[in-house]
Amino acid sequence: MSKAYVYKRDHINTDEIIPARYLNTDDPTELAKHCLEDLDPDFVKKIKKGDCVVAGEDFGCGSSREHAVWAITAAGAQTVIAKSFARIFYRNAINNGFYVIELPDATEKITDGDTLEINFKNGLIKNKTAGINIKFAPLPDFALEIIEAGGLLNKITKKIR
Amino acid sequence: MGMTITEKILAKATAKEKVTPGQLIDANIDIVMCHDVTTPPAISMLQEKGLDKVFDREKIVVTPDHFQPAKDIKSAELHKRLDEWARRHKIKHYYKLGRAGVCHALLPEQGHIRPGEVIVGADSHTCTYGAFAAFATGIGSTDLAAAIATGRLWFKVPASMKFVLNGSLSPGAYSKDVILAIIARIGVDGALYKAMEFTGPALAEMSMEARMTITNMAIEAGAKNAIIGFDDITKKYLDEHLKDKTDYTVYESDKDAEYMSVEEFDCSAIQPMVALPSLPSNGVPIGECAGKQMDQAYIGSCTNGRIEDLRIAAKILKGKTVAIRTIVVPATPTIWKQAKDEGLFDIFYDAGCVIAAPTCGACLGGFMGVLAAGERCVSTTNRNFVGRMGHPKSEVYLASPATTAASALEGKLTDPRKYM
Repeated sequence: MSKAYVYKRDHINTDEIIPARYLNTDDPTELAKHCLEDLDPDFVKKIKKGDCVVAGEDFGCGSSREHAVWAITAAGAQTVIAKSFARIFYRNAINNGFYVIELPDATEKITDGDTLEINFKNGLIKNKTAGINIKFAPLPDFALEIIEAGGLLNKITKKIR
Repeated sequence: MGMTITEKILAKATAKEKVTPGQLIDANIDIVMCHDVTTPPAISMLQEKGLDKVFDREKIVVTPDHFQPAKDIKSAELHKRLDEWARRHKIKHYYKLGRAGVCHALLPEQGHIRPGEVIVGADSHTCTYGAFAAFATGIGSTDLAAAIATGRLWFKVPASMKFVLNGSLSPGAYSKDVILAIIARIGVDGALYKAMEFTGPALAEMSMEARMTITNMAIEAGAKNAIIGFDDITKKYLDEHLKDKTDYTVYESDKDAEYMSVEEFDCSAIQPMVALPSLPSNGVPIGECAGKQMDQAYIGSCTNGRIEDLRIAAKILKGKTVAIRTIVVPATPTIWKQAKDEGLFDIFYDAGCVIAAPTCGACLGGFMGVLAAGERCVSTTNRNFVGRMGHPKSEVYLASPATTAASALEGKLTDPRKYM
C-alpha cells in the first residue's frame, strides 16, 4: 500500500525537487532531507517508505542533476506518477532502476492522501480510497530491461564482463 | 524522405544509413563533458561497479565550474574527487582553476566542439553546442558514467521542430530576447523530447556567441537538443578556435526532411524581453514590466557570460553608476582577460560593479551573489524557478545583458533602448 502525496502543479522542476544549495553533496541521505522543501516543507516529514508523489505535466524539468532522483528515492518514494515527465529526469529515473509512471489524468484520478496499490508489471493502479482501477501504459521494453537489471550501470557491467 | 541534421549526425554515430524519429539507437560519443557537481557521483558509481576506466582520455573534457573556486568544504571534496580521477586517468583536456570556466562557454572557446559530432555532458545546458551543427544533449550522472566507461549511450532519435527566424533584430533586441520570445510562445515543455532546429535570415546575421545564447536555452523549452546549420560564421569561429583536431563533417538538413512543426518568428518585431518569475516561459516585452524595483543585477553564465555580452553591458554602463548590487562574471579565464585587456573592467569598476572569477556561481544559487528572502534580481542567466538564485522567496527576472545593464543603472527593470 502506498499513500499518494499529490501536487497539482505542472513543471515541478529540479530546483524544487532538490535546490542547488544542497548540491555540494551527492549523499542520498543528505539530499533526501531537503527533497521538495521549497514546494512543501513538510514533505520529508510526511512521506514514508513506499509512498508515492503525484504531479502534473513536465515533472522534473530543468537541470540534469540526478540528485533529484536520488533525493526522491532516498526520501522513500517508490514511484512518481505524473501527467508527463521532463526528458532528463525520466531518463535518470530509468537509469537508476526507478520506475516512474506517466498517467495523463494523474491529478484527476488521484487525490492527496489516497491509498494506492500499484502493479507495475500489469500497468494497474488500484485507488483504494476512490474505489477505482486506473490503467497506465507500462514502460517500454528497453526501459524495463534497464530497470530489471537494477539500473543502466548494472546492465552495462553485465555486458562488459 | 530526407533527414534533418540531427538525424544525419545520429545515423553516422550509429553507423546506419538512416534513422527515423522514435528509433532507439546505441550511439558512439565523440566528446564527454564533465564538471564538478555531476561527475564525482559518476566516478563513485564506476568505482563501485569495478569499472573505473575511461573509454578515451582524449575525448573527455573536464572543468570544475559550478562551485569553483570551492565555496565550502563539501564542494572542495567534490573538486578533490574530480581532480584525483582526472589525474589518475591522465585526462588530456583537464582545465584546472585558473584555466577552468563555465563549461558551455569554455568548450567551444577551447576548440572542443566540432560540427557533425555527438557531445554529451552531465549538465542540462549541454544543448548549447548545437550552435555548431553538432548533436549535443544533457545527461545525468549514470549516463555520464556509462559514457565515460564505454563511449556509447542509448538514445531515442528525436523528432525535429523548425524555428525560422525572419527579419532582422531591431536595436536593443538581442538573441536572448529571441529565445525568450520563442519560449514564451511555445512554453517550457513546448519542445519536450524534440530537436529544435533554428534557421532563417535573422540567425544568419548573428555571431556564434549570440547563436549559443539561443541553443543554450532550448532545454528551457524541454528540448533534447538544439541545432543550427553550418555557415561562414561557424567556419570562421572554428578556424579561430579548433586546435588538436581540426577536421569535421558538415551535415545539412535535406530539403524534404520531415519536421513535426514549423514556427516562424519575425525578429524585427521582437522587443527587449523579460521572463518574469518563476518560469522561463513567462517572457513579456519590457514595456509591460518596466519600473519593477530590483535589488541585484547579474551579468554572466553559460547563457550570457561571453565577451560579446560583457561588451554590450559595458557600453551601457560606461561613465555611469549602478543603483543596485551588480555582479559581472566573465564565463571563462580567456573572456576575463579579454574584458580586462579591452578596458571593460575599468568601466565595470567605475560603475560600481563587482567582477567575479569565472563560475556558474549564483546562477544556480551556489555562491557569489545568492539572494535573500524578498529580493529581486535581474539576470542574464537561463532559469528563474522558485529559489533558483537563493531564498525560495526571492525572485529572478531573466533578460539580455543590455536590459540587465540598463536595469542596474536605474535599480528597476529598464528598457535598454533608453541608453543607446
